[in-house]
Amino acid sequence: MNNFNPVEFSAVFPELFMAVAAMVLLVAGAVRGNGLTAFISWSVLATFAITAMFLLGIDWDSRTVMGDMFRMNPFTGFIKLLILAGLGATTALSVRYLYEEAMARFEYPILILLAGLGMMIMVSANNLLTLYVGLELQSLSLYVLAAFRRDNARSSEAGLKYFVLGALASGMLLFGVSLVYGFAGTIDYSAIGGSLATFDGMPVGFMVGMVFVLVGIAFKISAVPFHMWTPDVYEGAPTSVTAFFALVPKIAAIAVLMQLLYGPFGGLSAHWQQIIWFLAVASMIWSALAGLVQNNIKRLMAYSSIGNMGYALVGLITGTPQGASAVVVYMTIYMIMTAGVFAIIMCMRRGERAVESIDDLAGLSRTSPLLAYAMAILLFSMSGIPPLAGFFGKLLVFQAAIGQGFYTLAVIGVICSVVAAYYYLRIIKVMFFDEAAEPFDRQMAFAKRAVIALSVIFVLFFILKPNMLVDTARHTASALFSG
Amino acid sequence: MFEALAFYVFASVLVASALMVITARNPVHSVLFLILSFFNAAGLFVLLGAEFIAMILVIVYVGAVAVLFLFVVMMLDISFADLRKGAMQYVPVGLIAGGILLLELISIFAAWQFSPEASKNAAAPTPEGVENTVALGRLIYTDYVFAFQAAGMVLLVAMIGAIVLTHRQRPDVRRQKVSAQNARRPEDVLEIQKISSNSGV
Amino acid sequence: MAPSEFLVNYFPILLFVGIAIGFGLLLVVSSLLLSWRRPDVNKLSAYECGFDAFDDARSKFDVRFYLVAILFIIFDLEIAFLFPWAVSLGDIGLFGFWSMVMFLGVLTVGFIYEWKKGALDWE
Repeated sequence: MNNFNPVEFSAVFPELFMAVAAMVLLVAGAVRGNGLTAFISWSVLATFAITAMFLLGIDWDSRTVMGDMFRMNPFTGFIKLLILAGLGATTALSVRYLYEEAMARFEYPILILLAGLGMMIMVSANNLLTLYVGLELQSLSLYVLAAFRRDNARSSEAGLKYFVLGALASGMLLFGVSLVYGFAGTIDYSAIGGSLATFDGMPVGFMVGMVFVLVGIAFKISAVPFHMWTPDVYEGAPTSVTAFFALVPKIAAIAVLMQLLYGPFGGLSAHWQQIIWFLAVASMIWSALAGLVQNNIKRLMAYSSIGNMGYALVGLITGTPQGASAVVVYMTIYMIMTAGVFAIIMCMRRGERAVESIDDLAGLSRTSPLLAYAMAILLFSMSGIPPLAGFFGKLLVFQAAIGQGFYTLAVIGVICSVVAAYYYLRIIKVMFFDEAAEPFDRQMAFAKRAVIALSVIFVLFFILKPNMLVDTARHTASALFSG
Repeated sequence: MFEALAFYVFASVLVASALMVITARNPVHSVLFLILSFFNAAGLFVLLGAEFIAMILVIVYVGAVAVLFLFVVMMLDISFADLRKGAMQYVPVGLIAGGILLLELISIFAAWQFSPEASKNAAAPTPEGVENTVALGRLIYTDYVFAFQAAGMVLLVAMIGAIVLTHRQRPDVRRQKVSAQNARRPEDVLEIQKISSNSGV
Repeated sequence: MAPSEFLVNYFPILLFVGIAIGFGLLLVVSSLLLSWRRPDVNKLSAYECGFDAFDDARSKFDVRFYLVAILFIIFDLEIAFLFPWAVSLGDIGLFGFWSMVMFLGVLTVGFIYEWKKGALDWE
């Protein structure tokens, strides 16, 4: 690629715009100081909106550009839109929080923007090198965000823990990539499968490489047994950062996993299905059991996200377009529900201080009934009670699994979601039937109201037009299989 | 013959110094042994023909990363003797993990030996008639331009992260403000007053 | 180039390393063999200030040293990218030239940020 091609260039324009916006805002912040934090936060939000518009404006036909390093197709396009929506929601939620917690420094929104850029690159990767660079760009920003409140011991601990384990996972991924390269002789997604076909039988080294790559990504989606960091990091990090962790990086990592497993590793499905099966079962069971004994709501959400990744893997394991579209639907619904729940968690402030114990929610139905009903609806949806959106997400992935004969997996999944429903319902019981605790502080930022309202409306009325999302997901997922 | 000799010298010193890194009592000595092992690894890369990586190992790892390690060792001020006391109980776990990795590496090596197709995919560090560094240069800035620019963004995030996490504005420090100091004029800050004699100020 | 052929280029360096090691050993060994030693308690005791050391000589370093070192590493890596670019500039043409300029531009933004934040000032 020795010349400049404007047609190719249009595919990377959204990412380029984000990078340039990050740099412009960084210089503006450096010159004017932390007084500009609110302005920069809203500018970052605007950047996400404009990037989404550029993304919608460009051509989504399947193609690879930038010397085959970068892939554009309906799947990456849709996932990137989803990521931008999640990024926008978390940015909007954090502006007020930054000031409330006296951590308003202008680097915060810029790091979110750069992490977002990393995720966009990860998802668009058509090459293991692009994947790695995007993953590092994302992870490095996330480590810093976790430790952002550096004077707080818990936040620093969270950042350090995340960094050490994350670096280990990146190392494993890179080791796996080097093995794949050693045996296949290429790191191009589209060429790996072809190169593999020239072997008689599967070389062991390639398989070991694939396992290491899977371990690296399993760490990023915090699937059991690579979940150890999740509860501590979710608890220690500032709540706005926890919301970000729960919402966006998971979607990017699941999308990457789908692209890898259905693309370059497609020929090895018999092998990776065993690994994914184990990850899915372990995540679902462990999150259902460990979630029962949590008292901190952020820790609980950590186990909840572990479990949700397990359900997503149930759809992913099938390797069919139906399963893939179920995963896309599941992740969309998961993101919207979680955004609402975290917006409510961020409302839990008493006397200018954030509280995060489940008991602090006691009697919420009397002190602020609207909030309590919103939370109840979202939690019912998370536990998969019909006719709310969360039910359909689970239904689709289990349907896909049964369609491919994964009966045990589906049964375990249903049992785990029943067990997990207990801890969601326990919160509802605390909110509605326990002795009322002191009320929360009254003032609620507009962004929180907006996120909660949108999330609840989506969860409630998804049933009226489910096909809007399901058809889009089917269309996007089919791009994964068309080569 | 000569290459084999050089390989064994570099490799044995590398393994020995790597062992010293984890067994030396004084953490500063560990860092110095780490530098020695970096140099020997660079020697191995030269033997492979990967000259650029060898030089980067010397410039970046020996020149910068090792210095950073020294700073960190000095900064933390941990009593390493105390830290080491409990370390023995982790030896079995460490041995198991290391053993598994070793087995995997052996199995991969065996797979390489027994699958001749794999070696046809191997890329040469020095393509025909081109030096290693030039060969890299031809690829990085053109074919891999996207990853290259993204790597620039990673470095940018590293800068932001280092400053966000460690930089403190010290309120009680009077900084040098060159432009303000240069722009200072006697008329703005000096006041000349006549004081009559014998009356005091 | 055959591998052994290009290794010949490294022969002067090997020679240099060999001479350095040999010369260093020579000095150490000769001082061990030739020097006149007759130690006694007073010669080996702590002197100059007249006290034994009170505590460990190692004291905590300021975190600012770390910041300087890490900023140094980042620019060191940037320089590392310049070597292959410089030797292959004839082959990669204008596109390669501008791709490096963009890369340097990104890091210049980082440099402006560092400068304005005062991370490069000591006090």
